Amino acid sequence: MTAVETGMDMRTALGGVEIPDPVLTASGCSAFGRELEPFVDLTAIGAVVTKSVQLRPRSGRPTPRMAETPSGMLNSIGLQGPGIHGLLADDLPWLAERGARAFVSIAGTRVEHFAELAERLRGVPGVLGLEVNISCPNVESRGEVFACDPVAASDVIAAVRAAADPAQPVYAKLSPDVTDIVAVARACADAGADGLSMINTLLGLVIDPDTMRPVLGGVTGGLSGPAIRPVALRCVWQVHAALPDVPILGMGGIRSGLDALQFVLAGASAVSVGTAVFNDPSAPARISAELATALADRGFAALTEAVGYAHRDSA
Amino acid sequence: MSSHNGHFGRVTVEVPRAAQAPVQRVVEVVARRPVNAYVELTLAAPEIAERAEPGQFVAFAIGGATSALLLRRSIAIAGADDGVVTVVVAPHGPGSTWLSERRRGDSVDVVGPLGRPFPAAPAGARALLVGGGYGAAALVGLAARLRTDGHPVDAVAGAASADRLCSVPELTDVADRVEVTTDDGSAGRRGMVTLAVDEMLADAGVVYACGPMPMLRAVADAATARGVPSYVAVEESMACGIGVCMTCVLPVIGEDGRTRFSRSCTEGPVFGGDRVRFADVGRLPHDVVGADAMGVVAP
Repeated sequence: MTAVETGMDMRTALGGVEIPDPVLTASGCSAFGRELEPFVDLTAIGAVVTKSVQLRPRSGRPTPRMAETPSGMLNSIGLQGPGIHGLLADDLPWLAERGARAFVSIAGTRVEHFAELAERLRGVPGVLGLEVNISCPNVESRGEVFACDPVAASDVIAAVRAAADPAQPVYAKLSPDVTDIVAVARACADAGADGLSMINTLLGLVIDPDTMRPVLGGVTGGLSGPAIRPVALRCVWQVHAALPDVPILGMGGIRSGLDALQFVLAGASAVSVGTAVFNDPSAPARISAELATALADRGFAALTEAVGYAHRDSA
Repeated sequence: MSSHNGHFGRVTVEVPRAAQAPVQRVVEVVARRPVNAYVELTLAAPEIAERAEPGQFVAFAIGGATSALLLRRSIAIAGADDGVVTVVVAPHGPGSTWLSERRRGDSVDVVGPLGRPFPAAPAGARALLVGGGYGAAALVGLAARLRTDGHPVDAVAGAASADRLCSVPELTDVADRVEVTTDDGSAGRRGMVTLAVDEMLADAGVVYACGPMPMLRAVADAATARGVPSYVAVEESMACGIGVCMTCVLPVIGEDGRTRFSRSCTEGPVFGGDRVRFADVGRLPHDVVGADAMGVVAP
C-alpha cells in the first residue's frame, strides 16, 4: 500500500524546507542516485542524499573495501568521488533535470574546505540542503575526527552555516563513536545547524582467519546495517530528549517500515535508508509505503504526529 | 603491436553499456541440477531473460527479508532463453551455499541483467573463448551469439580438477574446437589454460575470458602480446551489483589513457584485457585519478 492508498499525510521538513516524503537515501549508499532510477521513483522519495563530496576528485582506497558481517557490513571506501566540480557539472544537473531533490553531503579535512564546498553549492538548482559529514580526520588536529570533538564539530558547522545559501538547511552528521553524543549534538545546534543526521557508521574491524591479517585495505572500516540499529535508535532518543526542537534525520540499519517507525517514534522527522539499498534497491520506496501503512494502523493521520511519540511518558 | 604499459595504442575498445536497464523481480526456481562441484539453477524470469546479453550477470538476495546476510551475490548469466535464466552457483560461503540449496518451486529475489555485455567480435574474426572453473558458464551464451553472427569459435575450459570444470558440453555443442585443461590432469591436458591458449591464439582475431583474476591476467597478457584484442569478465566481489556501493573497483585504463578505480558491476564486469591493470589490483598507484587527494604522490 502506498501513502496515497492509506491517505497518510507523509509530508515533513528538513530544517524549514518541506518535503513530500520522510524517506531519503543515505550518503554513500546510493552514489548520486542515478543507479537507483530503474528501481525507485527518485522524485517521490524525500531526497537523494548524495555521496560525500570533497573539493578534489578522490580515487578512494585500494580494495578490499568491504567485509560482510552479521546483519551488516564493514566498508572502507575512502570517499571515492568526482570532487565538487564533477558533482556540479554532472551529477546534480542529472538529478535536477528529473525533478529529484538532492541533499548534498560535503566532507573535508579543514574547516575552510567545508566552507568552500557550501559556498560553491549556493543557489544550485535541485539542492535542497547540505549534510555535513564531520566524520573526517581534521588535519589541523593530528587527524582527530571532527565529529568526536564538540569544539571542532561546531567550528565546521558554524563555517558552513555562514557560507551556505540561507535557503539551504545545514544538517550535521554525527558519529556514534563518542562518549556523549548529546554534547556534540548541542554544540552543532548552537553553531547553527538546522538539523542533525544520526548516525554515521561505527568503527569496526574484521580479521581474515586464513591470512591472519585485517580484511580491509584500510584496516578498519565503518560498520553499517541492521546490526547498528539499536545504537542508532538510542542516539536519536537521547538527542531528541535533550534537544526536542532540533530536527533529526534518523538512520542506521533501517530495513523496513517498522524500523523507520521506531526512529520516528524516537524523534526523527525523516529517515535515511542506507545499507538496505544494497540488499533491496527498491528499499526507499518500499519502506515509505510500509511506514505509511504502519502509521495508519496505529491511528496517526500524519507522519508529524508520530515524531517523538515514544517520549510521551517521559515528559 | 600495442604497448601494454603505454597510454595509447590499446587494442580494445571501452565496452559500451547494455541496451536495457535492469529489473528487480521475485522469481521461481523451475529447475535445479548439480553439475560437478556446482549447482545449475534455472529461473522463470522472462523480463530478465528478454533483456539479457552475454557477459551480463544477476544479483541475488540471500535468505529472505530478515536474513543476516545483507549483501547480494552476483553471478554470471549462463543462459537466457524462452523466459528462463540459468546460472551456475559455486557454493563456497554461507550465501552461495544457501543459494545452491534452492529447490524447484522456491522463490528468489533477483536483480538483472546487470553490467556491460561482451562486445561484438571484429568482422570475420575467429573467436577464442577461455573459461576458468565456473567462469566458463558466462561464455555459453556468447559462443552461441558468435556462431549466429558467423564467427568461428574455439574454446578452452580449465579448472583445478575435473570436478571444477563447467559448461564443457554446452561449449562443445557450439564451438569448432574445445580444449580442456586441469591443473592435476584429472581431465584433458595437465596444466593451465594458457597451455592451450598459446596454441590457439595464433588463429584468433579476438579473445573472451571469464574466470579467476590470475587466469584473466595470463590470458589477457598473452593476447595483448600478439596484438589480439581480449575482453575479460571479472569476478570481483560486489556488495550491491548495481553500482552504488563502490566496493568492487579495479584500476582500469580509460579511452583517455588515464587510470580510474572503475566499478566492476557497472563499468564492467567486461573490460578490455589490456585496460585492467592486473598487477595493481589491491593497490593505489599514484597515477590513478584522484590518488593525489588520498595523499599518494608520484615517487
